[in-house]
Amino acid sequence: MQEFKTIEVSTDFLIIGPGMAGCGAAVEGAHWAKENDVKVTVVDKAAMERSGAVGMGLSAINQYQGENSPVDYLSYVRQDLMGFCRDDLVMDISRHVNGSVHMFEGYGLPIWKDGEGNYVHEGRWQLMINGESYKAILAEAAKNAVGMDNVIERVFVVRLLLDKNDKNKVAGAIGFSVRDPEIYVFKFKACLACAGGAVHVFKPRSTGEGLGRAWYPPWNAGSTSYLTTTAGAEMTSQEIVFIPGRYKDAYGPVGAWFLLFKAAATSATGFNYMAEGLAEGGELHNWPPYGEVKPIPTCLRNHLMMIEMFQKGDGPILIHTDKAIKKIADGAPDKKAYKKEMKKLEAEAWEDFLDMTISQAILWASKDVFPEQGPSEIQPSEPYFIGSHSGASGAWCSGPEDIQTEESKKEYFWGYNRMTTVKGLFAAGDGVGLSSHKFSSGSFTEGRIAAKAAIKYCLDNPEMPEFDSAEVDKLKEQLVLPLKHYEEHTAYTTLGTATKKYDMPVEEVNPNYITPKMAIFRLNKIMDEYVAGWGTQYTCSSITLNIALDLLKLLKEDLPKLAARNLHELMRCWENVHRVQIAEAHTRHKLFREETRWPGYYYRSDFRKMDNDKWGKVFVNSVYDAEKDEFTMLTRPLIHLVDIKEVVGM
Amino acid sequence: MPSFVIDEKCDGCKGGDKTACLYICPNDLMVLDADRMKAYNCEPDMCWECYNCVKICPTQAVEVRGYADFTPLGASVVPMRGSEDIMWTVQFRGGTIKRFKFPIRTTPEGEAKPDGGFGVGPGTLDDQLLFTEPASLREDKLWTLGD
Repeated sequence: MQEFKTIEVSTDFLIIGPGMAGCGAAVEGAHWAKENDVKVTVVDKAAMERSGAVGMGLSAINQYQGENSPVDYLSYVRQDLMGFCRDDLVMDISRHVNGSVHMFEGYGLPIWKDGEGNYVHEGRWQLMINGESYKAILAEAAKNAVGMDNVIERVFVVRLLLDKNDKNKVAGAIGFSVRDPEIYVFKFKACLACAGGAVHVFKPRSTGEGLGRAWYPPWNAGSTSYLTTTAGAEMTSQEIVFIPGRYKDAYGPVGAWFLLFKAAATSATGFNYMAEGLAEGGELHNWPPYGEVKPIPTCLRNHLMMIEMFQKGDGPILIHTDKAIKKIADGAPDKKAYKKEMKKLEAEAWEDFLDMTISQAILWASKDVFPEQGPSEIQPSEPYFIGSHSGASGAWCSGPEDIQTEESKKEYFWGYNRMTTVKGLFAAGDGVGLSSHKFSSGSFTEGRIAAKAAIKYCLDNPEMPEFDSAEVDKLKEQLVLPLKHYEEHTAYTTLGTATKKYDMPVEEVNPNYITPKMAIFRLNKIMDEYVAGWGTQYTCSSITLNIALDLLKLLKEDLPKLAARNLHELMRCWENVHRVQIAEAHTRHKLFREETRWPGYYYRSDFRKMDNDKWGKVFVNSVYDAEKDEFTMLTRPLIHLVDIKEVVGM
Repeated sequence: MPSFVIDEKCDGCKGGDKTACLYICPNDLMVLDADRMKAYNCEPDMCWECYNCVKICPTQAVEVRGYADFTPLGASVVPMRGSEDIMWTVQFRGGTIKRFKFPIRTTPEGEAKPDGGFGVGPGTLDDQLLFTEPASLREDKLWTLGD
């Protein structure tokens, strides 16, 4: 095995994962750092220019408040998550987010404007953009803020290190270069975990070459959750996954079609399930009060779709793109205007895909699909862990000091905005639980909020913490173990010794180890079949969840036998270690909350209804003890800071 | 395979300081065969079809063939990314060709100023103002509970 060099990096504030949140943190953090002589370093598993969930691009900014108040936005978020969010976190982002969007425009992001120079809204909260270079532009501003000397790319951080004198304080991090045999040991006063959500925990619907065609990017491997969880940070709402209903197979976005073009969706035979669900006596009234008013929560829209597909057998679900386009074009006064309008709509519809899900454009082209000629299928996907969208999993973080009541301040504020329960460990973006619907712009904003607080923390705690060097040595060995396994055992089989023409994609069968690809399949199968994936029509029970926990225990015991043939596979091994952690946390949270609160995300077949008396006013949280490998489950109170009289829609 | 490299067009970016597709791939999929100076996608089933390798390739050697699980053969979607715009050519299986051109940015590359043009506001580390506020909000003050 190659000798690994150790590279030590000493800084004050480390930003782990410069996606949207990390770029916001770099921009904001660099300003306060320069004023106060604090050092900021950014570390990225990939290249900052295109890393993270927005690396492909985006066709819309989904959180812009415009003239609406933070209370209006809160009403929408609380409604969408069936009552579950932290009011302080949601309103905190909402009050700052306009400023971030205006800065994006200053950076050079093209935001659509109407003839009078106003932003073109897709819906109340959404702005249309030409977003092909959205990430590249924001990364450029972030790099300009911190300076390229302080950006480390292609280094994967796999574990945080704690202070040897205070186990509830972060002191460093360890990772490795995915390109050179180098182990990185970071030493810092504070860090921001913002390395995205988790994909490929559940089995995706495509499992051949299309395995990578997840709705959220395959490089989001649950690292944020792993880093915070294993450092001992209290985690929240790990049961609240997100299941997007999107164009079938390629997962192209439906937002512009539903909101901008006003397309309707029906069952295969034409049942308008959303209108009928809302009508008197409709299914949505079984889920009061959230089902009874518009906008229909995301999980309930899925739920209605699932009833048509799974209970009535009236699938597939169709989105009527043709009728939507016709209706808009029919509004044109003459033939010339009609043609012009059609041309404009066509470009808008295709840009929606080409900006953010190019696969959908290929799929339509390859099947000769013309949206103006007929409807297309939409389908609920596999579950994702994403704190920034219509899911809520993440770390339990302190909120802002000023957006609190006397009661909430005791529960939701502990000194530094967005700090987890571990001192010096901050989170943002997909890493923060219960501050949902922040999307790209709100994640950037949350990164800014967290970074400012983290710089203050560095100044308030000027002494550099120390970690235990013996523990670091142990971790260094663990880190490269998969490479060692491969080298030691590969010659045991003929497949290992054969001269392979294609040495990368061929899986080696060996009783001494498992390859990262097979580990992901094993995890996916457990989660899909016992923890409410698409294969079981999103249904689980205490029986299946306990079976999953038994199987996950066996999987965890086998993880030290992962084998890697090179650094790329070493990265895949550690990504899977990260995924398994959030898989177990998720299973335990689902088991603990004995109700079905988010039908359309998952169903507890043994508790089929919402139970407001027992579960309506509490968040489910957990704390993991890495030394003992034990979870402790607990609840925290859900405190409303304001009364919502009327839900403001989309 | 999602993204693939055309052998005769790829020179491994031998004239540059780095191989472009290896530099950009967010999922670390591209590998350089240094003996032949040819790059390849080492793990096509982990490709997101994000097209960053396609857009960045200086010799147009990288293309995408849709996921074999569900994409019939014969179509292609090819971008040409400039400094201000991107041009897309969408060729359908049945022969239809559509071309689209969209702007990608309004400022020269490299010139995104961190403050977005709003300058530094009056905030301190002890208040709730972010460094560009309130100017970047286009408001006089920041909202708080009770406003």
